[in-house]
Amino acid sequence: MNRFFADTSVMAWRNLRRTLRLPEMVVFATIQPVMFVVLFRYVFGGAIDTGSTSYVNFLMAGIFVQTVAFGSFGTALGLVDDLQRGVVDRFRSLPMNHGAVVLGRIINDISINLISIIVMVIVGVIVGFRPTGSPLELLLGFGILVLVSFSFSWIGATIGLSLRTVEAVNSGGFLWMFPLTFVSSAFVPVDSMPGWLQGFAEYQPFTRMVDAVRALSLNQPAADHVIASVLWCLAIIAVFLPISMRQFRRAALRA
Amino acid sequence: MEHSRAELAVRARGVEMAFGETRALRGIDLDVPTGTVLGLLGPNGAGKTTAVRVLSTLLRPTAGEVEVAGIDVLREPAKVRERIGLIGQAAAVDEMLTGLENLTMFGRLHGMRKAAAKGRARELLTRFDLDDAADRIAKEYSGGMRRRLDIAAGIVVRPSVLFLDEPTTGLDPSSRLAVWEIVRELVADGTTVLLTTQYLDEADQLANDIVVIDHGTVIAHGTSDELKGQVGGGRVTITVEHAAQLDLLTGVVRAVAGAEPVVTAGELRVTAPFEGGARHLPELVRAIDDAGITLAGLELRPPTLDDVFVHLTGRSTEDADQEQGA
Ligand SMILES: Nc1ncnc2c1ncn2[C@@H]1O[C@H](COP(=O)(O)OP(=O)(O)OP(=O)(O)O)[C@@H](O)[C@H]1O
Ligand SMILES: [Mg+2]
Repeated sequence: MNRFFADTSVMAWRNLRRTLRLPEMVVFATIQPVMFVVLFRYVFGGAIDTGSTSYVNFLMAGIFVQTVAFGSFGTALGLVDDLQRGVVDRFRSLPMNHGAVVLGRIINDISINLISIIVMVIVGVIVGFRPTGSPLELLLGFGILVLVSFSFSWIGATIGLSLRTVEAVNSGGFLWMFPLTFVSSAFVPVDSMPGWLQGFAEYQPFTRMVDAVRALSLNQPAADHVIASVLWCLAIIAVFLPISMRQFRRAALRA
Repeated sequence: MEHSRAELAVRARGVEMAFGETRALRGIDLDVPTGTVLGLLGPNGAGKTTAVRVLSTLLRPTAGEVEVAGIDVLREPAKVRERIGLIGQAAAVDEMLTGLENLTMFGRLHGMRKAAAKGRARELLTRFDLDDAADRIAKEYSGGMRRRLDIAAGIVVRPSVLFLDEPTTGLDPSSRLAVWEIVRELVADGTTVLLTTQYLDEADQLANDIVVIDHGTVIAHGTSDELKGQVGGGRVTITVEHAAQLDLLTGVVRAVAGAEPVVTAGELRVTAPFEGGARHLPELVRAIDDAGITLAGLELRPPTLDDVFVHLTGRSTEDADQEQGA
């Protein structure tokens, strides 16, 4: 177990080092949600009715959760890159814990996500976002985002290790995120959607996560959403962690 | 040469590996006595990398037994990993880390403490002449430097068995010599080495024993001299100016050399065993001249491992490569 932590911290250190030397990755990961903020706040926002809540206050929770969800793309890409370069082979020939290869990558991606979120908060405040939650609620909201980031990273790991090439991940590895993040409460209230979509949008995990972060940031009743989000995250981890580890073994055998 | 099991650093019996329909290994036996170098020789697609991946615990063979450093690879892969070093075909260092960071990382992943890992990293950088590049990222290294770093990463904790998959492919001659020197030093320190190569002279230079594989089976093994002995005396290689004269030349050589020549049409070249040696060369030249053939070149040389390959398979290693590419 000690060995596992030691190996994981070495792998996390390695990935963070890489990230620092390739800051473009972080910059691009941040520019995209900034564009979303501007786009939705100024282009679509005027046409979206969010009742008594201002649209920018409504929007930012959606942006935060979408940002960390999209971050899982980096997990997929990073693992596949290592796989293709033969670095994973080298790691697998070492007497180290192989799970640390994936976990080290995920820790790196969570760190990038944290940076993106901080940038998003600043950008949000500039365009009028005024969170009203208590410091404790805001902290909890942040915690939820970290948990979401962690759980979605396992989905990213599973996808990357299943597709096994950078090209495949680049062209298809993020498709699943569009229905999940857009058919949700992230950008528009669910009750503005046609009935047949509402059923999906209302109950899918992403909506619950957005609702939890939104409620926490706007000082609204949040307990139900928080519990649902945590349970969803645990469920995602329970499913995708073992699958991704199995795919890691398989992908490495085939590379 | 028979060795007792205890003397063998690598022992493989009947190893088979199938990838779906592709049978990359079809029953391979390998023995590497402790402290020696085995050269695994074969053209592209012969199964060299697959064999190395099986021996180094990365692939689970479809059938067969494998022991490395006296440990059963299938039963106790984790234990085997503590005793081996793997240097794969593609240089698997982290391009975005510096040389020092790379080696420190691999030391840490072997369970070394930070200070010890760093110390060892410095030592290896000095030994492999990478001191000046220690703090540059590996991406900026030349191919030869990257290869040396890659080898250093494979021996951070001195392995008892080291696997090198085509360690000099793509390197310039001086880098090649540097890698050979490193391998010789490791062997002198007592490391057992299994290296794969497509270069016949490389196996000749480094290996005590050579195993030639083709299409996933062992087609020959022995020392370099034993293999050369199998194909008899020297070789004469003749090239002509005009493609039209190639057939004529083949006939002349067949008659004089008394053996079936190998024709490499693309290079206007004919090669044949030439038992008689230099004393009989004038006879050959005269026959060629009498036939009105315009010579572009003629060379008499001792047999190489390439000749062995042709002798064993009827194809040159280059043909085998093309076959694989097709
Ligand atoms: N992961 C894999 N999936 C399917 N086929 C594979 C896989 N790995 C190797 N093969 C096939 O197995 C055969 C042996 O391949 P291998 O890589 O071991 O050859 P090699 O001797 O190392 O060749 P090279 O000199 O090109 O490195 C080839 O036909 C190759 O296409
Ligand atoms: Mg190979």
